[in-house]
Amino acid sequence: MAGATPEWRRFDARERLVRIGSVVGAALVVIGSWELLDINLQYVTTAPAQVGDLFGRMYPPDVTYLPNAVGPLAETIQIAVVGTIAAVVMAAPVAYITAENTTPNRVTYALGKLIVTVSRSVHTIVWALLFVVMFGPGALAGTVATAVRSIGFVGKLLGEEIEEIDFDQVEGVKATGASPFQLLVYGIVPQIKPALVGISVYRWDINVRAATILGFVGAGGIGVQLFEAIDSFAWRTVSALLFAILAVVVVSEGISAYARRKVR
Amino acid sequence: MLETETLGKTYPTGDEALRDVSVEIGGREVVAMIGPSGAGKSTFVRCINRLVEPTTGSISLDGQELTGLSEDELRNARRDIGMVFQEYNLVERLTVMENVLSGRLGYVSNWAALRRNFPPEDVERAYELLELVGLDGMENNRVDELSGGQRQRVGIARAVVQEPKIVLADEPTSSLDPETSRDVMELLTDIAIDRDVPVLINIHEVDLAETYADRILGLYDGELVFDGRAADLTTESKGVIYRGEEPPESATAVRARQSSDAETTGQRADPEPLSAED
Amino acid sequence: MATGSNTATGRQTWQRPTAFRNRYTKWAVYGAVLALVVWSVTSLQITPGRFLSGLGYGYELIDSMLPPETGSEYTLRLLDRMIETIAMAMVATVGGIAISLPVAFGAAENLAPRPLYYLSRGIISVTRAIDGLIVAIIAVIALGFGPLAGIVAISFKTIGFFSKLFAEDLEDIDMGGVEAVRATGATQFQSVVYGVVPQVVPRFAGLAVYRWDINIRSSTIVGIVGAGGLGVLLQRAYSRYEYDYVAAILIAIIAVVLVAEFVSAVVRRRVQ
Repeated sequence: MAGATPEWRRFDARERLVRIGSVVGAALVVIGSWELLDINLQYVTTAPAQVGDLFGRMYPPDVTYLPNAVGPLAETIQIAVVGTIAAVVMAAPVAYITAENTTPNRVTYALGKLIVTVSRSVHTIVWALLFVVMFGPGALAGTVATAVRSIGFVGKLLGEEIEEIDFDQVEGVKATGASPFQLLVYGIVPQIKPALVGISVYRWDINVRAATILGFVGAGGIGVQLFEAIDSFAWRTVSALLFAILAVVVVSEGISAYARRKVR
Repeated sequence: MLETETLGKTYPTGDEALRDVSVEIGGREVVAMIGPSGAGKSTFVRCINRLVEPTTGSISLDGQELTGLSEDELRNARRDIGMVFQEYNLVERLTVMENVLSGRLGYVSNWAALRRNFPPEDVERAYELLELVGLDGMENNRVDELSGGQRQRVGIARAVVQEPKIVLADEPTSSLDPETSRDVMELLTDIAIDRDVPVLINIHEVDLAETYADRILGLYDGELVFDGRAADLTTESKGVIYRGEEPPESATAVRARQSSDAETTGQRADPEPLSAED
Repeated sequence: MATGSNTATGRQTWQRPTAFRNRYTKWAVYGAVLALVVWSVTSLQITPGRFLSGLGYGYELIDSMLPPETGSEYTLRLLDRMIETIAMAMVATVGGIAISLPVAFGAAENLAPRPLYYLSRGIISVTRAIDGLIVAIIAVIALGFGPLAGIVAISFKTIGFFSKLFAEDLEDIDMGGVEAVRATGATQFQSVVYGVVPQVVPRFAGLAVYRWDINIRSSTIVGIVGAGGLGVLLQRAYSRYEYDYVAAILIAIIAVVLVAEFVSAVVRRRVQ
């Protein structure tokens, strides 16, 4: 009974050191970053006022402009639709070689991973920059950029889905004497269909959002109008356009949620 | 009539799973294959429809050689072989009806399969079979909503809708509780009698084998060590099958019978009292 | 035969049940989707000809991009901006998460009063609907060019993302644990610390690192509209047709993103 009273601590000495160390380390990094950025804090104090001023100039939104926005908004959606479809079609073989259980050999696996990585690391708008150089300004560049960026996203997720395929189910159909096509339709597609639809619609939704700004670099869609409006300080037009974009995004998100609900 | 001759399977690792198995199965006999784990029972059953490729020997079904068939011919031959699996091997996201109808895929075109456009006779057959296995009214349920016993019944219906010349069952009861297992075995034996097809069941519950099978094949370490009536399965025979003991002098025949007594159930032909093989 | 069944010639057809209310809805939906696709494809007027000639230019583009610019002056600027990019992401992640915590608590159905719930959810929806670059432009307009605008923009998006997920986590917790702590006589705050926090902390760290990873990606490109980071360099080089420098910057961007992804994966594995 002599000696120290029993103590309970959640973490032992070493763990505590690590935890405190990482928190301190993270704090140092953040403070260091802030210093590095050498931000003139003056701006921070004037910021709320400036933002307020800006919002003041944006109100009320100029709804009379909206008819002009219909065409570009439609184009935005079209870019997302065609871009997503093209991406899904091209992502199917990529998914196939990225899945550990279906990839023919290590080279194809590495190739698949490479394609997915490059596609995912570069933001759609950067792809748009490149494709505007290649295809000229317009929706074509935007569509290709959307497609190329989406291949990585869809390919990675679809590949993971393919890795989950239960080949016993396929074997059951195989034992009846089904042809390879029938095996695909009856054995494989039912297993990945919900994911395929879900992933495609999810990416389409993301692409609608991304397509709204492709116009900033000349790749088509409502972004062109928005950029012009900002450039000419037509703030009320800007806010009208922002609301229009918001409406479109809400609708696309609704469609996406509905579709993913319907497919189990 | 299924015939295998000196069937053997050696895996690339060198493991000899089957060795020199020659057997004849026909009529409407219910044949149970028993033996210890790893004896090769599953390998044997899967060699018949070449889900596993045999390395030596031959198999023929109603006179047609299966071992040498091309891919297309093999698919056609598989239509005549119905298979029931231990884990059911059903397509879980599809409905019961689609799974049963998938037994007829070998008879429909790709396009028809895509549209789920099966001939009316097939659909009728499917409905009849669903009634037979006790799943009447459940054709629109998704398979993943069913219990294990129900799923196995769908699997049986799928095998039988093929109107096969033989039904294979690879441990059909291993994933089921005892009562459901008995139901499944009943079903399989009824099918043999009603439809006049032989049924080969790979099973490790010896009591089920003894109760429901007409004939027992015993496999030990890849070799056929027992082939006789269920009634003749003595303790010594079980020792032979499960512990690789030497068969006693007066044991039942080890080599397959060739008489036509395999044609009818309930009629047990007198076993040939051959002496033990060495 | 079962009771009430048709005769042998009765049931000869079968239709697969549909997830939609009925077959007509299903075909209507499929038709609508098909119409959308056809309309999109035809409106965009993408012809093989345009596509192929574009690919032709692609060859020229790649030619002018290689070899990437590696001059010392350029590379130094690049490294400088890389550090700036990472610093921006750090600050934005921490700041964004800090602000999103109260918002998340406000957006949790099981913890917040109704009006606050709706307000918080509204804030979250709006922040998520507007694209990050648009937010960045507004930030630049309000705060001037430079990394501050970038940090504000990225924080804004972080709030939307983090609050939503965190709120969902909060809604998923076992309220029993919280009640139990309350029953011992603890205050509201104490019951949160002892009842709520332990249940959500494991996910918290993982989510934070995940968002940090996404923020790094964002901070590499917000500079395109003037909000600091590598994007600024990219936009400048691009507008001057200095495609070899563009190539170098792209490589830098990819490198930063890959490293961040790696770090994120490692930390998340350690934490789960």
